[in-house]
Amino acid sequence: MTAALEISNLSTEIKLSRSTVHAVGNVGLTINAGETLGLVGESGSGKSMLGLSVLGLLPNGGHITGGSIKIEGQELVGLPEKELRKLRGDRVAMIFQDSLSSLNPTKTIGQQVAEPVRLHRDVTQREAMERVLEVLDLVGLPKPKERLADFPHQLSGGLRQRVMIAIALACDPRVLLADEPTTALDVTIQAQILRLLDDLEQRLGMATLLVTHDMGVVAGRANRINVMYAGRIVESAPTELLFSSMRHPYTQALLGSIPRLEQDNTKRLLSIPGLPPDLTNPPTGCRFAARCRFATEQCLQQEPPLTGDAQHAFACWNPVDGPAELTESVAHATRAPVQAARAGLGDSPSITISGPGVTQNGIKPLLEIVNVVREYPITAGFLRRQVNSVKAVSDVTLTIHSGESFGLVGESGCGKTSLGKLIVGIEKPDSGHIRLAGEDVFSYRGTKLRKARRDLQMMFQDPFGSLDPRMRVNAILQEPLQIQNIGSQRERDEKVRGILDDVGLPAAALERYPHEFSGGQRQRVALARALMLEPKVMVADEPVSALDVSIRSQVLNLMKRLQIERDMASVVISHDLAVVKYLADRIGVMYLGKLVELGSGDDIYARPAHPYTQALIKTIPVPDPAVEKAKTEVGIRGELPSPIDPPSGCRFRTRCPLAQQICSEVEPPLRRFGGEHLAACHFPLQTPEPDAESSLTTAG
Amino acid sequence: MSVNDPRLLYELAEQPTVADGGEIAEGGSPWRIVLRTFAQNRLAVAGAVLIVALVLFSFLGPLIYHTNQFEDNILITNQAPSGAHWLGTDQSGFDILGRLMAGGKSSLEVGIAVGLVSTIFGLIYGAISGYFGGVLDSVLMRIVDVGLAIPIVFLFIFMAEIFKPDLTLLIVLLTVFSWLVPARLVRGEALTLRTREYVQAVKGMGGGSWRIIVNHLIPNTIGTIMVTVTFQVADAILTLALLQYLGFGLPPTVPTWGGMLSDGTNYLQDGYWWEVYPALIIIVLAVVAFNFVGDALQDAFDVRLQEK
Repeated sequence: MTAALEISNLSTEIKLSRSTVHAVGNVGLTINAGETLGLVGESGSGKSMLGLSVLGLLPNGGHITGGSIKIEGQELVGLPEKELRKLRGDRVAMIFQDSLSSLNPTKTIGQQVAEPVRLHRDVTQREAMERVLEVLDLVGLPKPKERLADFPHQLSGGLRQRVMIAIALACDPRVLLADEPTTALDVTIQAQILRLLDDLEQRLGMATLLVTHDMGVVAGRANRINVMYAGRIVESAPTELLFSSMRHPYTQALLGSIPRLEQDNTKRLLSIPGLPPDLTNPPTGCRFAARCRFATEQCLQQEPPLTGDAQHAFACWNPVDGPAELTESVAHATRAPVQAARAGLGDSPSITISGPGVTQNGIKPLLEIVNVVREYPITAGFLRRQVNSVKAVSDVTLTIHSGESFGLVGESGCGKTSLGKLIVGIEKPDSGHIRLAGEDVFSYRGTKLRKARRDLQMMFQDPFGSLDPRMRVNAILQEPLQIQNIGSQRERDEKVRGILDDVGLPAAALERYPHEFSGGQRQRVALARALMLEPKVMVADEPVSALDVSIRSQVLNLMKRLQIERDMASVVISHDLAVVKYLADRIGVMYLGKLVELGSGDDIYARPAHPYTQALIKTIPVPDPAVEKAKTEVGIRGELPSPIDPPSGCRFRTRCPLAQQICSEVEPPLRRFGGEHLAACHFPLQTPEPDAESSLTTAG
Repeated sequence: MSVNDPRLLYELAEQPTVADGGEIAEGGSPWRIVLRTFAQNRLAVAGAVLIVALVLFSFLGPLIYHTNQFEDNILITNQAPSGAHWLGTDQSGFDILGRLMAGGKSSLEVGIAVGLVSTIFGLIYGAISGYFGGVLDSVLMRIVDVGLAIPIVFLFIFMAEIFKPDLTLLIVLLTVFSWLVPARLVRGEALTLRTREYVQAVKGMGGGSWRIIVNHLIPNTIGTIMVTVTFQVADAILTLALLQYLGFGLPPTVPTWGGMLSDGTNYLQDGYWWEVYPALIIIVLAVVAFNFVGDALQDAFDVRLQEK
């Protein structure tokens, strides 16, 4: 039987104005009908270029320099454009990453799904529309008939991605290329789309090439995984084998660097130092050698060939045997948040034990967020009248102790970033208070406010957007000190150098501009800037979500170390529960502007009380085939309702499997589930403490 | 050695030869990148060379090629190019080449002064409008709209009936109507820049509005500014030539390219081509040179953005 897709010795180059990128080198892979091959790699590893090579859609200057691509035995390399065009969308189809920019905003989805059918099949308008309805139904678009005339902007992200899949499937392709099909989606939607792809592959018997950076995504659904690094396939094995007994150090390090939910968060993540090589000038020898812990002289001299058997091949001179164990602690002592809070009490005379806001154990919290509401007005018409508002943060109350690390988790649009900005005072709450050590700091004006801001600093999400491109790193780091008038020039220079060293950047970095840094290094600069004023609370908004997997663990380890060394409280915001659990002592789960559950990492992970928390845990792709394949149900159905008109009562009720009449009528209060574990649900998954309700209403 | 002894792994990992964060790629300052892209554009280099040549021609030329541009000489009117007068003489007996130099001096002075002053004013105005937004922005931008709606050539013709401006007054008058476009461009950019995370970070540090505008907004609009300045200079030279051609602007005794063109067209029927074409060509060259440079700067700064 001929394989559905067979690539051998493929090399692809991209010519730039001054150099040539050797994007793909001597890559071979085979996928049979009905199989899924996972292609895993970091950005710049050439995985997307490989997919685009198959379709003949390489960017300007890109061309195939050698090798062959066969679809069901037919050679594609060297085929004239006209012939390739006949294949594209017919026998090979692609699902792109970003459904918003990949769909034409001026055409209805019916027209767009019909397009490949009209191009490749000799059908009438009516027959094409029948096919459109068929595939839209296949991809699970609710009420496809009514949606035909909709434009892409009228659909949610998850539905748009389904339409993208429908376009790809319209002509029954033999080979489906899915390039990061779920990266732009929220975890809960991602789980739904991945399930759909699984289901379709089984029903339609296509060969699927699933290109992704996320080991968790491929773990549950690929038959075989190829790991790509710097344009080369470094390891290829059946999924179970790859996860249980990988041979290449890169695969080992990649898996060891991903924080896991079940993991002990006092252990350092395995980190891969350095950066992937520059593919315009690739190193001789093994391309991973510069970052490899086992590299020898041979690795630097000779490039290892892909060895091993057909079942499990790898390209390494000094192969490892199975996963690495994480044993090293982040710091010598793990800290208990309450103790840290007590310790902070001693050197801070302004804090008194009595007065309002004192928690049960008699410790005054460092930061109190009390009934905070933030709504962004929506205006319309000539007079800019306010017609409605986006309810970003609705009545959130929480406290953070000094030295504590607090995590905020939720899907995009749940208000976690808004809450972060409220905490550092970049935004002002519409009502409610934010108190630092008992003082309502953002009610201050002028110099007093400026001084108060020192204690609350933020580290931003986007390592590209958070540093002024026209300033040298030195100026970027000096700026907070200048604004706050701290120290003499000499003291400032010293401090900048100290912090730079602390975040692991060489002193030479001072004279460089942000664009000269890699994403991970930029995040280090951003972290250094947030630390310059030695804040009491640092808010880190999605500190690693824009970074490559191998770089993430570097930044996570660094943040973890600094949190402990500096004994500052931090608020870590992320959509990734595993990241939050790794960095935080206590976690708050947000849904549509509401705090739905609050508790320690273990409370949240092992004993979730809110159905949403449980669903969130279920949907996170785990880089472990056993766990992933055992998942039988999609954790959560439907999509996030609009924050403009949130559902009445419990905001989660529209997606909740347990919802009943009362959920739409009465908003559930936060109830106590032992210790500091709180959740707002009428039908919680754990048994609440009997007297919890009353004690909380008074505290709020 | 057992590569799987975890302690060993960490010992190996814990001996970094470089800092944790790794080496930093050498990329050069943003200016160097812009300059590099600019230098690769042949038209841009040609434009830049032309501008330098024009400046030398207008300011240093008269020191080498001496002519009398103050008193007319009826003995040598309308002479064809010769060894004594390389480009001939005009109706009043002025040497054309010398007059081109003198005209270039006033054209470049007006062009560059208007270009710089109007862009700087527009920059500040636009940055304030865009950064603060809201009602202030609405009011400031309606003022710009009104200004842009005034047809400036007609206004100048009308004003020329009342008084004859000198060079300084002309610069001021042209500036008054030239800052509007830069203001609008910068305001648009400020609107997007103020939502950038680095601007929010400064707010979070306690930085005030002026610090944000001066240290962050304005330096980041520098691409737009550089491009605008060059186009503004070209526009001002062209507007000046138009006004002089129509006979409004500087008094006729001041040598200008537009004035030369205007005088020369009277004799076009007589075949005195040297009184028309040199002035025409130099106006075209000057405007084209500035436009080439502006275009190339736009591309160069765009590349910077792509690399971000």
